[in-house]
Amino acid sequence: MGKTILEMKSITKEFPGVKALDNVNLKVEEGEIHALVGENGAGKSTLMNVLSGIYPFGSYTGDIVYNGEVCQFQKIKDSEEKGIVIIHQELALIPYMSIGENMFLGNEQGSKAAIDWDKTYAEADKYLKMVGLSESSRTLIKDIGVGKQQLVEIAKALAKNAKLLILDEPTSSLNETDSRALLDLLLKFKQEGMTSIIISHKLNEVSYVADKITVIRDGSTIETLDKSVDDISEDRIIKGMVGREMTDRFPKRHGVEIGDIAMEVKDWTVYHPQFSERKVVDGVSMNIRKGEVVGIAGLMGAGRTELAMSIFGKAYGTNISGQLFLNGEEVHLKNIKDAIKHKIAYVTEDRKGNGLVLTNPIKINTTLSNLSSLCSKRVIDQDKEYQVAEEYRDKLKTKCPTVEQNVGNLSGGNQQKVLLAKWMFADPDVLILDEPTRGIDVGAKYEIYCIINDLVAAGKSVIMISSELPEVLGMSDRIYVMNEGKMVGEMAGAEASQESIMSCILKS
Amino acid sequence: MVSVNIKDTLKKYTMVIALVIIIGIFYVGTGGTILLSQNVNNLLSQNAYVFVLATGMLLCILTGGNIDLSVGSVVCFVGGIGAVMMSKGMNVWFAVLVMLLVGVLVGAWQAFWVAYINVPPFIATLAGMYAFRGLSNVVLNGYAVSISNTTFLNVFGGGADCYIPDFFHGESLNITCLLAGLIAVAVYVLLSIKNRISASRKGYVTTSAASFYAKLVILSLVILFLAYKLAGYKGIPTSLLWIILIVLVYNYITTKTTIGRYLYAVGGNEKATQLSGINTKKVYFFAYTNMGFLAAFAGILTVARAASAQPTYGQFYEMDAIGACFIGGASAYGGTGSVFGAIIGALLMGVINQGMLIMGVDANYQKVVKGLVLLAAVIFDVMSKREKK
Repeated sequence: MGKTILEMKSITKEFPGVKALDNVNLKVEEGEIHALVGENGAGKSTLMNVLSGIYPFGSYTGDIVYNGEVCQFQKIKDSEEKGIVIIHQELALIPYMSIGENMFLGNEQGSKAAIDWDKTYAEADKYLKMVGLSESSRTLIKDIGVGKQQLVEIAKALAKNAKLLILDEPTSSLNETDSRALLDLLLKFKQEGMTSIIISHKLNEVSYVADKITVIRDGSTIETLDKSVDDISEDRIIKGMVGREMTDRFPKRHGVEIGDIAMEVKDWTVYHPQFSERKVVDGVSMNIRKGEVVGIAGLMGAGRTELAMSIFGKAYGTNISGQLFLNGEEVHLKNIKDAIKHKIAYVTEDRKGNGLVLTNPIKINTTLSNLSSLCSKRVIDQDKEYQVAEEYRDKLKTKCPTVEQNVGNLSGGNQQKVLLAKWMFADPDVLILDEPTRGIDVGAKYEIYCIINDLVAAGKSVIMISSELPEVLGMSDRIYVMNEGKMVGEMAGAEASQESIMSCILKS
Repeated sequence: MVSVNIKDTLKKYTMVIALVIIIGIFYVGTGGTILLSQNVNNLLSQNAYVFVLATGMLLCILTGGNIDLSVGSVVCFVGGIGAVMMSKGMNVWFAVLVMLLVGVLVGAWQAFWVAYINVPPFIATLAGMYAFRGLSNVVLNGYAVSISNTTFLNVFGGGADCYIPDFFHGESLNITCLLAGLIAVAVYVLLSIKNRISASRKGYVTTSAASFYAKLVILSLVILFLAYKLAGYKGIPTSLLWIILIVLVYNYITTKTTIGRYLYAVGGNEKATQLSGINTKKVYFFAYTNMGFLAAFAGILTVARAASAQPTYGQFYEMDAIGACFIGGASAYGGTGSVFGAIIGALLMGVINQGMLIMGVDANYQKVVKGLVLLAAVIFDVMSKREKK
């Protein structure tokens, strides 16, 4: 103990428009379990991607010193050769291949011309035993559960001769028992001299396994807590994670009257579309009033998007049960068209993937969800369409040369405005905004907040799903907190704080 | 007001420019033969089926680069049915109706698998390609069936009289054809100017005056030139009227109607289109059913022109149509392309075919050249997209 195995010195990584990492330092000693904690988007994963060579040397500044030598990784293979192996949050296993095939994918045993299958499976079995799996390595991945899949990932890492194991939220898709088994495995490896870096949101797990905890916030290292010296209680960690100053980044709303309940869901349960035994939303009840902004806070994967999309005409999930009331009357929305007709709009978090047709101009995107209002006998009145697009361009201050411009050529903030325009044109009463300010700059954020204020001033209801706590706190009249598919808290916006929301999530 | 700059204009009309250059090359290569009246006339009527099929194929490709491999077989199948019906003395209009109906049904059959069961279009239509080729043989009993019904031949551009008669009996030039050309130019010019005036009155973005009038003049000259050339032979081939009709109708559908808009949207981003409350399955269904309809129409034109139906007709027609669309600027990933583009693509292929034929290039090398042109067009598409990023 005591020998530094890895030191990352003043790492700075910029993406166009964003500084994802700003002078980050990380020091890991041999044989310890080092936890990285921080909010979504704080830069934890980016840092690990720099370390493993996913972002090649040259795309960042700063030094990586591993085992006393400065490393310049160009690709993942380079870091793996040194024994640095990263296991990503999303499992990267191929379902219709066997455990053994998956384990040695890209590292095939035998010669280039002929894979030695006997050796492959013998080796694979050996590593499976090390992680405590009794399955044959010939079993197909699709036939074993998620917990075991995660263990296969670890075995795969061991097969690469890992000296430093990086686990990005290894337990996010596991249940309690599987999580505990995995953590115990890490502790066992530690005794055998393995060094691990674990990224996790689950602070109880972090306190359980970690020797040291480094807190990252807004792309900078805040502090490193040492288990033997410092207090590493959950509250202490949370304080480090969220302790930032709130400034006047949110426009005030004046005199918006909050009216009757516009939409209410009761006991809403949704199952995963592929794994139909998995509950993604579990017995959620919530409501929103006219003129109200309701924030839904939670971590990624808490089920917020799934809740919103399942309400929006069953755009997500199977076996949806529960009741949905609009203006006091129960409705059953068959599909998305039906939802739009009932004046609900869902503005996606993934504007490029699910929101906009990037190869089409602004005007076409603006009118897509309500094209029929511009039509007579299915023929589009293109004069009217142009006027509508111009109107929203003025209203939302979208910066573009003309509304004939392809949306793909706009900046993120302006794309977001086009997306909002599209749904405002559908004339909804309830707007569900999913991460409305993700990946856009501060100025554009402020403008989006102003638009939200205008919407509620006009008597609309806005549900804002956001992973950025300051935004939820700054904008919401009321806040719901979701975690693992359940509503775990509700508080008035004025009374909520980052600490109270975080502890709601982490202690649920 | 923002005027469109020259670079963008050039980019937009790359394939038109390529067409002009290629015509120029063949003009020199054939010593001017390629632009003789008779050859221009043949170019259009010989390739009538490509224009029609390319229009339908474009709609499929718009939905996401999806193609229909069965059209060649459907052309043959539908043509065979019509030929057999007419050879048995059935009413010609009834036969035409049945042919179109069969086309729609065939299209709907394939569209159902593609749209509602999620069979990949490549597979669903490959199956159709085999099945309908086989059925053509069954219908025709393995033989060629000739068509002697003159009404059918005259209307759909086959036989000796497949031209619009000259009502003025011009001597060396077909006066009806020239007049039609003049009228077409007049209508085109008036409509364009009217649209431009109303657009600028409402403050919409318009192209610069220079490029507007340049386009107007060039296109008018092209129409007049074409009319003059056609008038020098036998006049307007009836198949040309059908092509013009199809192109105008489908250009309207793709640019002005909701279903047209949805075709582009689905190809551009299917997920976003779905989340906008649009039934994307219906969009696929429309594209493939419509392809069946147009394949049937191409079948009518094909058997009329040959005055017979044979079990080998329509082979590789699907490839001509697909090639025309991609050469004409449709994206292999869907979401972009236009009917006029597909027509330009079809023309370009037709000119290359005919030019090489006149020059006496070996048929095998003709295929090589066609293949390379297609590849070049798609490479161009991919590269110009990469540039943007």
